[in-house]
Amino acid sequence: MSDKVLEVKDLEVDFSTLNGTVHAIRDVSFDLNKGETLALVGESGSGKSVTVRSVIQLYAKNAKVTNGEITFHGKNLLELSPKEMDKIRGKDISMIFQDPMTSLDPTMTIGKQVAEPLLVHHDTSEKEAMKRAQEVLKLVGIPNAKERMHNYPHQFSGGQRQRIVIAMAIIDNPEILIADEPTTALDVTVQAQIISLLKDLQKKIGTSIIFITHDLGVVAGIADRVAVMYAGKIIEYGTTDEIYYDPKHPYTWGLLDSMPTLGLEGKRLKAIPGTPANLIDPPKGDAFAPRSEYAMKIDERLQPPFFKVTDTHYAATWLLDPKAPKVTPPASIQERYNQYQKLRGENDG
Amino acid sequence: MTKYILKRLFYLVLTLLIIASITFFMMKGLPGTPYTNQNKMSPTQLAALNQKYGFNKPLFEQYLMYMNNLVHGDLGTSFQFNNEPVTQLIGDHIGPSMQLGLQAMILGSLLGIVFGSIAAIKKNTWIDSLTTIVSILGLSIPSFVLAVLLQYYLGYKLHWFPVALWHGFSSSILPTLALAAFPLASIARYMRTEMVDVLNSDYIELAKAKGDASWQVIVKHALRNSLIPIITVVGPMAVTIMTGSMVVESIFSIPGIGDQFVQSILTNDYPTIMGLTLFYSFLMVVVILIVDILYGIIDPRIRLGKGGKA
Amino acid sequence: MSQYLPPEETEFQYVSNDLSNIPQEVSGASRTYFQDVKRRFVHNKVAMVSFFLLILIVLIAFVGPFFVPTDPNTQNVLFANLPPKLGNLNIPGLNGMQTVGGKTINAYQAAHVPHGTYYLFGTDYLGRDLFARILYGTRLSIIVAIVATLLDLLIGVPYGIISGLASERVDTFLQRVIEIISSVPDLIVVILLLIVLKPGLTSIIIAIAFTGWITMARLIRAQVFKLKQNEYVLASETLGESKWKISIRHLLPNLSSTIIIQTMFSIPTAIFFEAFLSFIGIGIPAPSASLGTLMNDGQKAFHFLPYQMWIPAIILSLIMITTNLLGDGMRDAFDPQSD
Repeated sequence: MSDKVLEVKDLEVDFSTLNGTVHAIRDVSFDLNKGETLALVGESGSGKSVTVRSVIQLYAKNAKVTNGEITFHGKNLLELSPKEMDKIRGKDISMIFQDPMTSLDPTMTIGKQVAEPLLVHHDTSEKEAMKRAQEVLKLVGIPNAKERMHNYPHQFSGGQRQRIVIAMAIIDNPEILIADEPTTALDVTVQAQIISLLKDLQKKIGTSIIFITHDLGVVAGIADRVAVMYAGKIIEYGTTDEIYYDPKHPYTWGLLDSMPTLGLEGKRLKAIPGTPANLIDPPKGDAFAPRSEYAMKIDERLQPPFFKVTDTHYAATWLLDPKAPKVTPPASIQERYNQYQKLRGENDG
Repeated sequence: MTKYILKRLFYLVLTLLIIASITFFMMKGLPGTPYTNQNKMSPTQLAALNQKYGFNKPLFEQYLMYMNNLVHGDLGTSFQFNNEPVTQLIGDHIGPSMQLGLQAMILGSLLGIVFGSIAAIKKNTWIDSLTTIVSILGLSIPSFVLAVLLQYYLGYKLHWFPVALWHGFSSSILPTLALAAFPLASIARYMRTEMVDVLNSDYIELAKAKGDASWQVIVKHALRNSLIPIITVVGPMAVTIMTGSMVVESIFSIPGIGDQFVQSILTNDYPTIMGLTLFYSFLMVVVILIVDILYGIIDPRIRLGKGGKA
Repeated sequence: MSQYLPPEETEFQYVSNDLSNIPQEVSGASRTYFQDVKRRFVHNKVAMVSFFLLILIVLIAFVGPFFVPTDPNTQNVLFANLPPKLGNLNIPGLNGMQTVGGKTINAYQAAHVPHGTYYLFGTDYLGRDLFARILYGTRLSIIVAIVATLLDLLIGVPYGIISGLASERVDTFLQRVIEIISSVPDLIVVILLLIVLKPGLTSIIIAIAFTGWITMARLIRAQVFKLKQNEYVLASETLGESKWKISIRHLLPNLSSTIIIQTMFSIPTAIFFEAFLSFIGIGIPAPSASLGTLMNDGQKAFHFLPYQMWIPAIILSLIMITTNLLGDGMRDAFDPQSD
């Protein structure tokens, strides 16, 4: 496809805790193309947040990158000094957090907070920066931006606050915008507004977005490509359509089955049985096997490599090995596939 | 806001009147009047006192007279110190006490904030442990023990500072240090907790994500947010200094009101005890009121009063 | 490590996991709340050291007097102000030597103390054995603190619960009472009470408890307000359980951490108050001694005989430090996120 703005290779991150070392990220690689939206999807604890926080190097003090490369403009971000990293954060790569109720400084007017990246990264005058802040606030849909700039965060609703956080993130036209569950804490109606705002902005400023969520339902509306994470690894990735309609990994099946889908009503939602793998002592083989009804003997012994499905679609499951017995996905997943074929048929015809 | 302040002022006056009444009846239950304690008074003086305070009248009338005098700013007359009015006694001795109190408060809060912040920023390093140890010592060693030790080692042995009495600033250094230790320690502890909390908050992470360097994050966001709750400790701290100064002033023979209070306790000088009790209570409620109002002014969530979660 | 073996044909068979029984909750050794608290506390080295040090001090203060035959109040003016001495060991500071006017003399010989008689902590200005006085004094200080703290509990906990559960009017009244008492600095309330009451041990305890319970009552009330919002309390209320039954069945267990932590912090406050009062001369009446009176005595001669104040000051500070650290440890154990 087009040119890559970010390349993450063989990333491994450990956390030292009282109970032992948690191998939170185990060999994660992915690329981000210019102008695209990549969704990282997984249960909480799957490592999606840690992965992106490694990109801008904002993680807990007990975290340590033990391996890997994160290449941005030919530079390995992991080798930059804290000062050089400060220069990239908020300027080239910016981030939106999950809870807008807590991610704004309660004692500073929002105008100042939105203007801050400009003041930090450029010799912009305070006046100039505030003017720009006002423009951006208007852009993200804060009414009466001129007056409201002088208000404090508590005077805004949750959705508005998330718009303010987004304003702050895009004020310096970043190349990459990392959105860490930006809609999770919001009402469903507000979620949709924020998603369409992000899509809009992406068109206007051409930024690439890494969108993290545990909710596959949100992904459909925004992502071009999806990577599914489980137990610190990416286990399947592909275009959004491929992941939605032709998933190959049993974990992705589980995720899709546990989410309500338009057009597939009347099906019972199914929870994925069991709990996420213990990452202090990660399983030798396929980490999802103990929770999977498709587990095979080989899963206990060896981690599956990525098997190619299409040029854009890969999945790490032994089920795709030529030696594996022929698998029949759950009926619900097959139905997805059929529906998709039908839709495509209609479109083509 | 004005309505709130007026309401608070009303309660303040009410509280003081109740305290005055309670102390009045408490003290009246005790043996000892100007007659028993002071033989030096002339009959004219006695008559004048009787006229003013009604010591020969029934208890309830005395109470009314006392309250009436109080409302007119008359706290009564001391049994000792040449029958000096208590208000004048306060006026004469407030200077050194005020100076000590303010110095201790400023020193204690400044150093407490600095130490607490550094400990939080350098959490789980030796600096943090050192601050923890120092603040535990500051909280645990009584001010009078500290005062005696400072007096002995820095005053008596090393001659760095005057050992006792009041000759201006140099005399104030040792007692200030003794008084500042406790507020310093408690503010450092409080500040550390607040700052650790704030540094873990999402908006600090967002500030880092915006590209703020560590010092910018601390100066622009962390410090202000952790300082706001610290204001609430200022009230109790002022009280600790006030009471602490009673014994510290005696140790250093400083003619302040704390020392006067201890003297009046030891000599059963009831009017002075009552007067100073009221005075201390007055200071305390006023300080607490000011702190509450300040808090409202500084914290935008309270200031604007709407939509805030506070 | 084991070498890589490529996957074999036979390994590609389903293992048929039984997924009906796999646990849905995060598993792990299931411990009760209090077991967790205990575990965290035991792992806190500072708290454990403080705990044992405090136990040691209390043991010595309470058992010690049975083994020390000397009476703490017997005066022997001839042996006044003798420095510390331990047997015939020649340890500086414990050898009975004293520097008077630039010359070092053997104070015990100068006072004609019979051979074999020595005072571990020296004697005071009336020739009383300071070791015995400090043992008894420490015991008295600890008794004052413990009894006053128990009174705090007895008054503060019910007061807080009542204020938290009762109607708004009762609550407002009870809070006004607290406001008035706390509008006067604690120490001044204590001093006023001491002036009014007969001097003595009981008066001191009552006076200290009189202000001490307020913090407890406030904390308990706030906690009750929080707990009242909990669903299990609301549920039992709708089920018609009486308020008082609820308070005993549901509130008390949940208040225990607040109570234990606050109790731990009340003890040093009480110790400090007693020492303060005795230090300014209105505490424990003579000839009994507490750490405060001993320091008051010691302070008078501090410039010449520093040991007379040093020893009680160190013991007082040690008790304060260990109880404060113990309180910190308990709080951390009960409430781990507030590191």
